[in-house]
Amino acid sequence: MKDTSHSGPAVEAVELHRRYGPAGPNGFDAVRGLDLTVHRGELFALLGTNGAGKTSTMELLEGLAAPTAGRVRVLGRDPHRERTAVRPRIGIMLQEGGFPGDLTVAETCRGWAGLTTGARPVDEALGLVGLGDRAGVRVKQLSGGERRRLDLAVALLGRPEVLFLDEPSTGLDPEARAAVWRLIRELRGEGTTVLLTTHYLEEAEELADRLAIMRAGRIAATGTVGEVIADRPARIAFELPERCGPYEALGLPALPAAEVTAEGRRITVRTHRLQSDLTDLLGWAAHHGVALGGLEARSATLEEAFLAIAAEAAATPETIGSTR
Amino acid sequence: MTAPAAPAPTTTAGRLLALGRTEATLLLRNRTALFMAAAMPLVMMVALKGILDQQAATTPNLDLHANLVNGVAGLVLLFVVYYNLTTAYVARRGELVLKRLRTGEARDLEILGGTALPSVVLGLLECGLIGAVGAARLGLPAPVNPLLMALGLLLGIGLLIALAAATSAFTKTVETAGITTLPLLFLAQMGSGLLLPLETMPDGLATACRLLPTTPAFQLMRLGWFGTDGSDEPTGFPGSWLEALPHLGLGVLWLAAGVWAARRWFRWEPRR
Repeated sequence: MKDTSHSGPAVEAVELHRRYGPAGPNGFDAVRGLDLTVHRGELFALLGTNGAGKTSTMELLEGLAAPTAGRVRVLGRDPHRERTAVRPRIGIMLQEGGFPGDLTVAETCRGWAGLTTGARPVDEALGLVGLGDRAGVRVKQLSGGERRRLDLAVALLGRPEVLFLDEPSTGLDPEARAAVWRLIRELRGEGTTVLLTTHYLEEAEELADRLAIMRAGRIAATGTVGEVIADRPARIAFELPERCGPYEALGLPALPAAEVTAEGRRITVRTHRLQSDLTDLLGWAAHHGVALGGLEARSATLEEAFLAIAAEAAATPETIGSTR
Repeated sequence: MTAPAAPAPTTTAGRLLALGRTEATLLLRNRTALFMAAAMPLVMMVALKGILDQQAATTPNLDLHANLVNGVAGLVLLFVVYYNLTTAYVARRGELVLKRLRTGEARDLEILGGTALPSVVLGLLECGLIGAVGAARLGLPAPVNPLLMALGLLLGIGLLIALAAATSAFTKTVETAGITTLPLLFLAQMGSGLLLPLETMPDGLATACRLLPTTPAFQLMRLGWFGTDGSDEPTGFPGSWLEALPHLGLGVLWLAAGVWAARRWFRWEPRR
C-alpha cells in the first residue's frame, strides 16, 4: 500500500541552515546547523522555547521554503525541489489554520479534497476528528478547538505517510486534546510517521517515541524521553528535623557523585546514582534515628531537562533575537 | 491482502477547478461583490450613454456605439476582475488561506489562478452579454477580427490579474482596497478610452494615454470588432493586424511588467 521504493528514514536533515534577511547584523539565523532523523513509523516530537526555531525548521522539512544551506530529505526526496513527488505523500498542519470563515466545514474539506491526491471522503475525514455533526456549520462559527480539528482533518485527507503537525493541540480543551492524542496514536499504529512540535512537555512524554529539544536553531538534545533525561541528575529532597542542628555538623554520608545544597533545614541532593545514594542516605538516617521530613526521590523529568536546556540558552548571548 | 491501485494524482486543471469552485462559493456569499458585478454593467451602460451623447455634440464623427460597447466591457473588466480580485487576494491572505493552500499540492500560480477563476468567468460572461446585447439592440456589424478581440480580452484579463495581485500587496484590509485600487481605476477609466474616447482628446494627450497599461488591451478589443481604434478609417481583417501591432507590442510589455510587479511584491501571508 505504501511506497516501499525507499526504505531510508522518513525525514532526514543534515547541517540545515535558514537565514532571514541580509548578511550581517541585520539578518537572523533561525536554524543553525540542525541535524535530525525521523524513522519510518515513528512519532517524533520537536520541543523548544519560543524563538528556538521550531517553526522555521518545520517549514524547511515540509518543503515550504528552501534551506539557506544543508540538505533535507523526506521519504528520500527533496521536499522543496521535488515537491510534486513529495506533497501527495505528506500532510501538513500549520500553527494557525487558514480557512475562509464563510465556507462550511464540509465545503472547506471538499475544496481541499480537490487539491489532494487520493483524498478520503469528506465524511470520513470529518469523522476522524469528531466533526461529523458540524459539517454544515460555517467555519467562522466554530470554536478554536473545532477549527484546530478541521485543520487536522484537512492534513489527514490524503492518508499521508508523513504527517507534520505544528502545535496540534494548542487551544484545545483537555477532552479534545485527549481525542487528538488518541487519533495521533491510531495513525502511528497504522504506520504513519508523525513529526510534531509542541509546547506541552506531557504531550511529548505521552506520545513521542523520540524527541528533540531545540535551542537557538540547533538540536540541543535528542533521543527517547529516557535518553534525554538520562544525562540529567535525579533529585532527592528532604527536611531535617529541628533537633539535628546545623547541616554541616551532622556528618551526612559522603555522596561523592552528588551535588548537595542546603537551604536552612531543606536539603536537596542532585545525583546520577539515585539508587545507591538514596540507600546510603536512608541507612544513615536509620542508624542515627533521624526522621527525614517530606522525603522525595525521583529521576529527572523531561521538564527539568527542558528547563535546564532553556536556561543554558538564556546564558548564551548569541541566541538573543527572535524568529519571525 | 492485495494492494489497491495507487490513486490518480491531482492535475492542474482539477486543482484550478477545486480552487475556483471554492472561490465561487465565497463570491456568491459576498452580497456587495455580487451586487456590484450584476448591477454595474447596466448602470454603466446608461451613464456612459449620457456622457458619450454630450461628447458627440462637440466631436463630429464620434462612433457612439463602438465607444459605448467597448467602454462598458472595459469598465466591467476593471471592476469585476481587477477590483474584485484585489479584495479576494487581500481577504484570503488575511485569513491565512493562501498560506495554508501553499502546504497542499497546488502550485503558487495555480492558487492565484484558481482564486481568479470566478472573477474571470464572470467578467467574460458579462463581456459576452454586453457584446450580444449591443449587437442586437444597436445593430452593430459582425466583428472584423475576432482573434484580435480575443487577444485583447486575454491580454487585458492577464494584466488585470497581475495588477490585482500587485495591488493586494499594498492593501492591508478589504476595506482599504477601495483606496488602493483607485489610482489604476481612475487612470484606466479616464485614460484608456473608456469614459473619454481617445479621439476626443488633443493629439498629445491621446498619444500619452495610448502608453498607459490598460490602453493597449482595450484598444485591441475595439480594433478587433470595428476594424479601427477610432484614430483612423476602419480596415478589414488583414489591415487590422497591421494596426494592432503597436498595441500588441505595448500590451505584452505591460503584461510582463505587471507579472514582474506581482512576483516582486505579492505577499502570501500578512505582515506581522
